[in-house]
Amino acid sequence: MSRRSLGIAGFALAAVAVFLLPRFISDFRAQQFAYVGIYFIALLGLNLLTGITGQISLGHGAFMLIGGYTTAILISNQDPPLELAGHLFTNDMTDYWTIPIAGLVAGLAGFLFGFPALRLTGLYLALATFAVAVAAPAVVKKFDTFTGGGGGINLFDVEGRTGRSVTDPATFESTEGADVFGLHVASFNEWLYYLCWTVALVMFAAAWLLLRGRFGRSLRAVRDSELAAASSGVNLARYKTLAFGISAFYAGVAGSLLAIATTFVNPDTFPITLSIFLLVGVVVGGLGSLWPLVFGAIFIHFMQIEWAQRAEAVIPNFIPILGDIDTDLPGAPAVAFGVILILIMLAFPGGAAGLLRSLQSLAARGYGRVR
Amino acid sequence: MSEFVQQVVAGLGSGAIYGALALALVLIHRATGVINFAQGEMAMFTTYIAWTLIENHGWSYWPAFVVTLVFAFVLGLGIQRVVIAPVSNASVLTIVIMTIGLVLTFNGLASLIWSGEIRAFPSPFPNETWQLGDVSISQQDLGTFAVVAVLVTLLWAFFQLTKVGLALRASALNPEASRLVGVRVGWMLAIGWGLAAMLGAVAGMLAAPTVFLDPNMMQAILIYAFAAAVLGGIDSPFGAVAGGLLLGVGLNLIGAYVDFVGADLRLPVALLIILVVLLVRPAGLFGKPVVRRV
Repeated sequence: MSRRSLGIAGFALAAVAVFLLPRFISDFRAQQFAYVGIYFIALLGLNLLTGITGQISLGHGAFMLIGGYTTAILISNQDPPLELAGHLFTNDMTDYWTIPIAGLVAGLAGFLFGFPALRLTGLYLALATFAVAVAAPAVVKKFDTFTGGGGGINLFDVEGRTGRSVTDPATFESTEGADVFGLHVASFNEWLYYLCWTVALVMFAAAWLLLRGRFGRSLRAVRDSELAAASSGVNLARYKTLAFGISAFYAGVAGSLLAIATTFVNPDTFPITLSIFLLVGVVVGGLGSLWPLVFGAIFIHFMQIEWAQRAEAVIPNFIPILGDIDTDLPGAPAVAFGVILILIMLAFPGGAAGLLRSLQSLAARGYGRVR
Repeated sequence: MSEFVQQVVAGLGSGAIYGALALALVLIHRATGVINFAQGEMAMFTTYIAWTLIENHGWSYWPAFVVTLVFAFVLGLGIQRVVIAPVSNASVLTIVIMTIGLVLTFNGLASLIWSGEIRAFPSPFPNETWQLGDVSISQQDLGTFAVVAVLVTLLWAFFQLTKVGLALRASALNPEASRLVGVRVGWMLAIGWGLAAMLGAVAGMLAAPTVFLDPNMMQAILIYAFAAAVLGGIDSPFGAVAGGLLLGVGLNLIGAYVDFVGADLRLPVALLIILVVLLVRPAGLFGKPVVRRV
């Protein structure tokens, strides 16, 4: 089988597995894996910029913020209504349709940020993007008539929220279920899971198609040597700004889904730690890889639950080595997180993808195949 | 007018703190070409050490201050040896990720050991003001400024007048040649990290009485320090201190006189400064432009 048909077969298999997974896991896990799907999308975007094009971003949470707020504002029904240039936002849209819009708005922001970023390399870019992510919540709080300020935007009871049909507005519990696009979903979490993973698979396929040809080659050339790339006719400015734009588009879509998933956004939904986690996720998945980023997404999500203490201890079940850590203490997961990050960089700089590659070549050598 | 002078003096106080942390960033950047994103978290962590000595062990302020500086020095030295040195030849991204790992580790450790609770931190200076005509000057701000001024002078003397200081400068300037004449460059870089951690500790201890002690206390200050370092020129120690003071005074004046910015938009203003300086004059106000041969 050729490499391409192997890829397509693998993708189809993965799609079927993703579709069937909710049948085998609890409702709570379905919700968690929905979040994994969201992070997967964001990681695909950040990886395109940092792993493939070699431009460090410590501020991708800011693009997620833009996407999340785009969705939230478009479907919002605040009292008093949010307002921009005289327009009052009251139940303007349905959440599905805001997803691509959120992507486009964030993508445009990323594309524009790409221009000043052209003149920044390496550390300076890391610094500038870091500052963007730290400063973004302050900007949101300042323009509170448009963004709801520090109080945030509550989306639980707005008409545009499709997931409302599978949530009881009084008890916040999932209802008996409903049919969405002909598919019967049992609960809000299952609905969320299917939504996030449908988008994630589409975004993944798009990234794969985008990166396998000339475009992807040019981006990698920019990463490996700007000078060589430019001498081979790669327009550095165009490819870098495009990479920023596309990458931010992915982050915007992820942010939009995050807003739909949490049914509430405020500046703290997108803290600086989110941006840092995204970078961690890309490193854990493997810089420059595609599907192994799922591992990065799983890693950051299950770690983050602990960080924010939103759910009961998951880490000990998930990574048995860490079983001894008293996860009731605040900060324990952060320490584990930081230490694991440092150890990965010291021992497995290739992340999960690198580990898989070395296992693969080990297996290949074992079978005496010549590659 | 008197209000203006008062705002300037208050700005010098916070500016001295930004300058100290910016100087720490510059020391490391000059020596190893790395921006230490964990500088703020290390400063926060060492400030907690001082707090423990003062509150839990009943030490008085200045002995705790000195012991904390020693602790910070050892901490910085150790981190360079254990975490940074093994990847010193790796890509920028790898090193950035390492320092991000340190950010998470220290932030987590602090909340693990001392919990995330916000705590008061004592100040060595009385919470009173001096009257100069109709200008009242806070002794806090003046004291903060004086401590940083003394330390920066000491540090300058150390770099200029001692043999170790000479070796430190040599290793930063030309590691290969220094190695040839017998300077242990690896250890010099580690000492550089130690000194930077000390400066960070000073910044942390001076900032804590006003911003209060909690694991996230240095996040905003780190951004101001970045802005100060970039403004002054990321390779210029003098520029870092001057940039810090300029930024402290500037932000204070903008906050006081530009209603739209107020207290809420100080961070975005710092970001704007970082971006504008990097785009218009990447070497900063006091740095030398870098010429690169390709």
